[in-house]
Amino acid sequence: MTKVSSVDSTPQPPKGAKNRVRLSRRVRGFLALPVAALILSGCTVPSFGAYESNTETGRSTYHLWQGFSIAAAIIGGLTLLLILWAVIRYRRKSVDAIPKQTQYHLPLEWFYTIVPILIVFGLFAATVVVENKVTAEPKPAVTVDVQAVQWGWSFSYPGTNALITGQTTQAPMFEIPAGENVHFVLNSTDVVHGFYLRDFNFSRLAIPGIANQWTFNAINTGEFFGQCTELCGLYHSIMYFRVKVVTPSEFKAWVAKFNTPEGARAAEAAALASKQQLSSIIPTRPTTNHGVN
Amino acid sequence: MTDVLEHAAAEGHSHDEHGHDEHHGPSGLLKWLTTTDHKVIGMSYTITSVIMLVVGGAFAELIRIQLMSPNGTLVNYAQYNELFTMHGSVMIYLFAGPFAFGALANFVVPIQIGAPDMAFPRLNALSYWLYLSGSITMLLGFFTAGGAANFGWVGYAPLSNAANSPGAGADLWIGALLLTGFSAIFTGVNLVATIFYLRAPGMTLFRMPIFTWNLLVTGILILLAFPVLTAGLIMLFADRHFGTHIYEVAGGGVPVLWQNIFWFWGHPEVYILALPFFGMTTEIISVFSKKPVFGYKGMVFATLTIAALSLGVWAHHLFTTGTVLLPFFSIMSLLIAVPTGIKMFNWIGTMWQGEIWFSTAMLMALGFVITFLIGGLTGIYLASPPLDFFAHDTYFVVAHFHSVVMALVFAGLGGLYYWGPKMTGYLLDERIGKSQFWLTFIGAQLLTFPMYILGLKGMPRRMANYPHDPQWKFMNDLSSVGAFLIGIGTLLFVVNIVYSWKRYPAGDNPWDAGTLEWFTSSPPPHHNFYRLPQIRSERPTWDYNHPDKKALAHGHAASEGNH
Repeated sequence: MTKVSSVDSTPQPPKGAKNRVRLSRRVRGFLALPVAALILSGCTVPSFGAYESNTETGRSTYHLWQGFSIAAAIIGGLTLLLILWAVIRYRRKSVDAIPKQTQYHLPLEWFYTIVPILIVFGLFAATVVVENKVTAEPKPAVTVDVQAVQWGWSFSYPGTNALITGQTTQAPMFEIPAGENVHFVLNSTDVVHGFYLRDFNFSRLAIPGIANQWTFNAINTGEFFGQCTELCGLYHSIMYFRVKVVTPSEFKAWVAKFNTPEGARAAEAAALASKQQLSSIIPTRPTTNHGVN
Repeated sequence: MTDVLEHAAAEGHSHDEHGHDEHHGPSGLLKWLTTTDHKVIGMSYTITSVIMLVVGGAFAELIRIQLMSPNGTLVNYAQYNELFTMHGSVMIYLFAGPFAFGALANFVVPIQIGAPDMAFPRLNALSYWLYLSGSITMLLGFFTAGGAANFGWVGYAPLSNAANSPGAGADLWIGALLLTGFSAIFTGVNLVATIFYLRAPGMTLFRMPIFTWNLLVTGILILLAFPVLTAGLIMLFADRHFGTHIYEVAGGGVPVLWQNIFWFWGHPEVYILALPFFGMTTEIISVFSKKPVFGYKGMVFATLTIAALSLGVWAHHLFTTGTVLLPFFSIMSLLIAVPTGIKMFNWIGTMWQGEIWFSTAMLMALGFVITFLIGGLTGIYLASPPLDFFAHDTYFVVAHFHSVVMALVFAGLGGLYYWGPKMTGYLLDERIGKSQFWLTFIGAQLLTFPMYILGLKGMPRRMANYPHDPQWKFMNDLSSVGAFLIGIGTLLFVVNIVYSWKRYPAGDNPWDAGTLEWFTSSPPPHHNFYRLPQIRSERPTWDYNHPDKKALAHGHAASEGNH
């Protein structure tokens, strides 16, 4: 004992009632801040760092994110406050002091068992509502077939000649109409890839043997960046693509271009060029076996 | 300290001077190589796993240097893939797991229950040697022609098949996991058998310290989870070399099967890692608040609930595969927050109205509680499938599990500061320890907070560069500074060990702790005890030293009303 007490034995002055008042005022201040912030901002809930999203379903996800964040901020804030309170208030006053050896307080323990269960079911209910929206499959206006390969993408539109394909930093750009339900069918021919559009708050894996499907309804027009999110080998870091959201009439005109003989030839040439790019720009795919097996 | 206890200690020391008590085994290097003593094996585990922490940490620093520029040129794509694969693999398979259930558990659990050794000492030694050979096997991958494994620490099929990952590094990775997997299974068997059969008279199940309870549950989880991974790895190896098609679409196999098998191990594994650290934190907070564990029985039931739920949540890693029943795995994952929350509030309750001594061990435990609070709350988001759809495989997930594992590192460091004196007989320096704590604590938050933001802005994980979004550089720089602070903190730990070497004799019970290991000498004699106190609670040493300050029964506490 003697050795240790020399390590840390500064006796703490006893904390009085004054201290307690000051701290509880701080408690009120802490709680008042987020509430006041909410009211002052005219009920605009903060984004908590997330994108608002450019799809209807993505916006539902965004609102769910906000709800979870408010719950997390309140629960986390209160818990952190309790921890800090205990740490500040119950610093030891002397080396030999022994506090009351309380071990159980059943009503309190039941309280912090049951309340979290209720919160969890609340979060789950909100999750199910949003999940059903996100995974719903309304009648589509357009279907896009997406093929992921090492390390590029191809986008085709069944029933048309439209085909967009490209490797790595070519970042092939496909188009979809705004305000219409666009159905996606996602496939992979080699390894698992991830189709991720951050501005749409959405990702889905491309898995060999499984055709993953979902439906978007994009809101604003514009160009959006996407990339592969599931590790797929050497050039995973640069497996980019882009999506251009255009008005429905622009989209019709764009697809029609591919239906002329010139358009079909151009698409074919693009596909061929993309393949050549793969073999010329990326020659270093590790295929050597170095005498193994 | 009472006379009797000091007498017992003196007895231990006098035996020590005559060379390893009555035990006349080999000494020096031969002792370390041939021992079946759980304490020496525990020390070997501790040293090896801390070395692995430093190795894995070095990989992390390289990754962070690479990401300090949108077009980082420190390593190329292939090397980057190897780096993060080996960072994750070393940290999870070679550091966190073995440290959690092999190092401190091996040393402390038998002593905490008044046992002379583990139930199967030779199996225990085999566990260690399998672990060491597995660790060497995995790292040898760097010396093969194709480099180390580079398909991520999760090794998703079909990227991990022979066509996509032809190198020997991948096979060494699989071999290493088989070796360390068997090591873990044997340790699990040993822990469960020891705790069920070797408890001292009076040590009923509900008088076991929480740390021992958690290791019992960890042992059971190991037995349920690790064989599944081992089987999955053998099938992966067969796919690679014997022409089977278990994960190959071409032969009628299913790539997602690997993900299911891997995470059926992988999610219980999260708790196999976490429960021992929860236990360490519980012990430390109780001792340094000078109070019994608040809600002891609730704590045990929370641990059992976490273990049960952890077997039914694996597919929350598969939400974006489009192949799993989303609501089921969502509610199961969300529910884990409840027992985890109970633990959190029990830790606070233990400190409440206590007399908190801010030793380095206690600071580390508090570092755990706060960092784990952040990691736990961000985990709740990911249990919700729509939120997972936009956060999956981004830095948000990376930040979430780094908050969690950094919390575990705090608990582990706390455990070393707390039990290190029992293992070596000497205390670590408190001043260096506290500097280490603050560096690591600030570093850990600085590491993860920018990662959360980057993830929400859309930075996917496992990216060697990000030329399309150069504005991410600032956040990445902050994160890297955090990683460097953690690195300096870790160096300080090494400095502390060297500086404190045989400097501050610990005595039997430097912390006035309550569990059995503090009743015997530091380090304990060959078979741990010359005598035992009466065991009438989970704190026999405390009851012995403070007979008038026993824990209050249920009724007493309830009548107190509000705090």
